[in-house]
Amino acid sequence: MAEKHINARGLQCPGPIVELFKVAKAAESGDVITIEVTDCGFSKDITAWCKKTGNELVSIEETEGVIKAVVKKG
Amino acid sequence: MSSKTIIMFSGDLDKAMASLIIANGAAAMGDDVTIFFTFWGLNVLRKAQKIKVKKEFMENMFGFMMPRGADKLNLSKMNFAGAGTAMMKSIMKKKNVNSLPQLLENAQAMGVKMIACTMSMDVMGIKEAELIDGVELAGVATYLGEADGANVNLFI
Repeated sequence: MAEKHINARGLQCPGPIVELFKVAKAAESGDVITIEVTDCGFSKDITAWCKKTGNELVSIEETEGVIKAVVKKG
Repeated sequence: MSSKTIIMFSGDLDKAMASLIIANGAAAMGDDVTIFFTFWGLNVLRKAQKIKVKKEFMENMFGFMMPRGADKLNLSKMNFAGAGTAMMKSIMKKKNVNSLPQLLENAQAMGVKMIACTMSMDVMGIKEAELIDGVELAGVATYLGEADGANVNLFI
């Protein structure tokens, strides 16, 4: 199982989910993707994105304006 | 997999940006997306450069009066003869918001289907060669066919 990292800091909506979608599309089931985002709407968006695309949101945390989410490909 | 359809009727910068952001977002959610460009919305698809095509007088006038491409559109509000639009564009650039031409390019790369309304093209005298690449030409039945299978349809 591979681990992938996306730096989406500074990207505005819908940049972060677009980047995440591209990486997730190329990933295998079970791969873990970590994404860092500064758009504050992302914490809600990532929940909706995971639910819709059938991927698992492993964790989400925010420190000093950076949201870090860990997603496991379903 | 679900799908979304958008009718891009307006040729205003802000409205076109809203459409394309939704389209890109939906594509990133794994949806099939179709945008049907009609009336003023056709201008969003025009190439920035002037293309030499044979036109009638009125068609030439139309072409001249309407914005040539995504980069030439104006805001629906607070345009102030272009000053407001320039201000908005500079703020968006500073805040790292994708420009409309970038959004169009991204959407095409994500597989968003773009359809230009042939009736509007005929009325406004816009020829296929004047539109950006990767656009399909069709009529309302094609759009309706797509809309039948979609669970969201927006008229913008």
